[in-house]
Amino acid sequence: MNRSDPWSGGPAEGAVWFDPPPRAAKVPGPPPSPARPPVALSVDGREVRVPAGATVLDACRVAGVETPTLCFHETLTPVNACRVCVVEVAGARTLVPACSRQAEAGMQVKTDTPRVRCSRKVVLELLASSVDLRIAPGMAETMARYGASPGRFGPPAPDAADRDAREAGHHHAPDGAAAETVAQPVKADNDCYVRDYSKCVLCYRCVEACGTDAQNTFAIAVAGRGFDARISTEWARPLTDSACVYCGNCVAVCPTGALMGKTEHDLRAAGAWDPERQTCTDTICPYCGVGCSLSLTVQDGRIVRAASPVGADITRGNLCIKGRFGWGHVQPGPRAGDAP
Amino acid sequence: MDLRLTGPPPSEVERAAVDGALATGGTGRDQLLPALHALQDRVGFVSEGGLRHVCERLRVPPAEAYGVASFYHLLALAPRPRTVVHVCDDLVCRAHGAEAAVAAVERACAGGPATVARSPCLGLCERAPAALILAAGASPCAEPVGAADARAVADAAARADSAAEAAPSRRARRLAKEKPGARLERVRRAAPQAGTPGLRLLARVGRVDPESVADWKASGGGEGLRKALALGPAGVVREVIASGLVGRGGAAFPAGKKWEAVAAAPAPRHLILNADESEPGTFKDRVLMEEDPFALLEGMTIAAYAAGCGRGYVYVRGEYPLARLRMERAAAAARKEGLLGPDVLGSGFSFEVEVRRGGGAYICGEETALMNSIEGKRGEPRQKPPFPTQAGLFGRPTVINNVETLAAVPWIVRDGGAAWARIGTKGSSGAKLFSVAGHVARPGVYEVEFGATLRQLLALAGGVPAGRSLRAVLLGGAAGSFVGPGDLDLPLTFEGTRAAGVGLGSGAVIVFDDSADLGDLLARVARFFRDESCGQCVPCRVGTVRQEEALARLRAGRPLGGREAEVALVRELGQAMHDASICGLGQTASSALESALSRLGAFSGGTP
Repeated sequence: MNRSDPWSGGPAEGAVWFDPPPRAAKVPGPPPSPARPPVALSVDGREVRVPAGATVLDACRVAGVETPTLCFHETLTPVNACRVCVVEVAGARTLVPACSRQAEAGMQVKTDTPRVRCSRKVVLELLASSVDLRIAPGMAETMARYGASPGRFGPPAPDAADRDAREAGHHHAPDGAAAETVAQPVKADNDCYVRDYSKCVLCYRCVEACGTDAQNTFAIAVAGRGFDARISTEWARPLTDSACVYCGNCVAVCPTGALMGKTEHDLRAAGAWDPERQTCTDTICPYCGVGCSLSLTVQDGRIVRAASPVGADITRGNLCIKGRFGWGHVQPGPRAGDAP
Repeated sequence: MDLRLTGPPPSEVERAAVDGALATGGTGRDQLLPALHALQDRVGFVSEGGLRHVCERLRVPPAEAYGVASFYHLLALAPRPRTVVHVCDDLVCRAHGAEAAVAAVERACAGGPATVARSPCLGLCERAPAALILAAGASPCAEPVGAADARAVADAAARADSAAEAAPSRRARRLAKEKPGARLERVRRAAPQAGTPGLRLLARVGRVDPESVADWKASGGGEGLRKALALGPAGVVREVIASGLVGRGGAAFPAGKKWEAVAAAPAPRHLILNADESEPGTFKDRVLMEEDPFALLEGMTIAAYAAGCGRGYVYVRGEYPLARLRMERAAAAARKEGLLGPDVLGSGFSFEVEVRRGGGAYICGEETALMNSIEGKRGEPRQKPPFPTQAGLFGRPTVINNVETLAAVPWIVRDGGAAWARIGTKGSSGAKLFSVAGHVARPGVYEVEFGATLRQLLALAGGVPAGRSLRAVLLGGAAGSFVGPGDLDLPLTFEGTRAAGVGLGSGAVIVFDDSADLGDLLARVARFFRDESCGQCVPCRVGTVRQEEALARLRAGRPLGGREAEVALVRELGQAMHDASICGLGQTASSALESALSRLGAFSGGTP
């Protein structure tokens, strides 16, 4: 051992104070669980094998069957709430959600039956008739694929300002002239991100990211019941009076743009958001020693969005307030806090 | 986790109310709903300061606690008068003039201390139109009343209001005291067969004092449990499987199989008595709990013994104050008698029972939603599998049975599974309770042997009033199906109803004569599901809204794209809700409407 005694004149030339452990190639994980045999099942008549513990959705992907999802997210616990991914499993009374249902040996999965197509279509129509999905990535294509026409429930009802105050078990009887929506005023109560719940499909992703699946902050939860259920802080207080730490991990997982960085929101509102003029640069966050992967979206020489790739080992898509929103000092023009 | 608590600090009264509730139950997350109840019972609503204190004591994030509190319709999140008259305007009460009753009670209560709120079915169908008075204060009061006499309701509310205010120096008055004669009259009204020999499930109803262990024992109480302890767990499971007893909550799953599965799963295991009877028109479980609570504890203990469960929960809906009180008192008395506790009847078997109170949410009758509710979470159903027998309450293997199911168990174990299997039909063994209400001469809970037809059941209840003719019967409550006057010879068995494309459901039989406004009833069903959907999955959350809107258009004669297109839309919606919803609520939310379309010819021409 080349260890020197710090009390006797310091380390010898070229020696170190301690033996560093060998650098890990990757972050150590839990010990591998005993290997279980793969599971064989059929998807649309094709035999596939998936590892034990895999889901029906995994099996569909192995089989090359494209299955639409909305609330499902790779890094979050499946809540199977949106029901867009339902499939038919032989022997099951109802359809089952592919995203959360474990694949079982001998399962016969069908993804393109009339029942599946009907449910997916109606679910998409129900969503699009009640929620603003205009900027939700991929939704227009999925709607077209299933022939969803949300207009058949009638014209959408306008904004309601009372959604945060609605009581479980009570609502005004509708006359059917308009289809009720979740349209409501935008919540812009802080400098980091904006909540536009007119675009919220209640996929629970933000709640999970804020909770035990990522941040463990628990600033938001689902409140209310039924169609009046909503994502809320306690007493619908502004985020600035909540436990929010502005990590923006909720923004990162939002599938519809209901949660959005303020910079992006303001650009879109001004009609200046233009993907054609944007480039994306992958880099490492310089703030601390963790070394989170960053993807910076730049438009006209300004950082307009910071994210971390979901596939990144260290972050799994998560960042902190600095990595997500702390780029004012590298932007051209006056800095936050500068005299105007 | 660091809790960030904001808003006003609790008052002394709020603090004391919450601390009092937590003094006995501990400070686990599962104490959230009991703490919220304690707070509202004391100050009349869930206040900001009070909720803050609950969060601090239980270490629950405020956003989550708010999410839970806002889930239940009996909990108020804004100040309101401490006394609330919940007037039922659901199906059965509508048949008895609920709309007029609500208006009259509102008028009578104006200027008084109480406020009036509409309520879904209160399970008081034998005295429809019905109301439930809940008064918060130092001595909170709860009183179920008939609502036909609005003046009497207002007077009772005023009395409850002043009684709730009184210091709890006397024992907390939770229910109006009844004179013995009045009690008996109430029981006979709820179960008109009470006292008739030969009854099995209702044998003690109206004949014994439900608060007396001695009375219960004198009428054969405890014999089933003693026999069970002699048979051993496997022997009990064998008898119950042999009896053919299936769940009475609506799903008709074999009870013995359920216990067997749990017994084979690793300990600790739990048992739940599902007493969240909220299906409109159903009140059989209420009568059993109010009038024979010891038998239910006996059934629970036998089931727990057979399945190896150490802890039992009775989850009673919040609208059943008397049933809850009876179950609590019975559990305390049974423990004193050694029927519950660390050493049941000296057998070495340990079983503890705790009574929990629902917060006003139909969905919590769904077994996994009920478990989440006990755990202090929002009452949202879980996707199955895993089934409760594998991962139920607190993630442990759990037996969950309906009240009526476990009510049959002492009889089955005492007299043998074969004896029970001999009663009824081949596919449906034993005796069955039906809640018959609506336009019948003698509404109430009726016990029949399986095999009786709808006609026979209606005859027991006195049939539709003289001069009227039968228009429709809703079998199984809001989640059930309508049948018409041509279906009277339908055998009320699992196989018989299945063959007819309907179901027994919870055993609710709601009868409507030709004075009923079918469109109005369908609209109430649609409103019910729109209100009671938990909001978790899209088909149910939005589908119930679209269904109510479509129905409103059909009723108003303004269908979108013509009547046939609108009916097709309703059917397609129903198909998707049935196929893609997470739980039984969404899966059956279109059932009544669809059966009215196909069986009653609703909206086939003009108005229904």
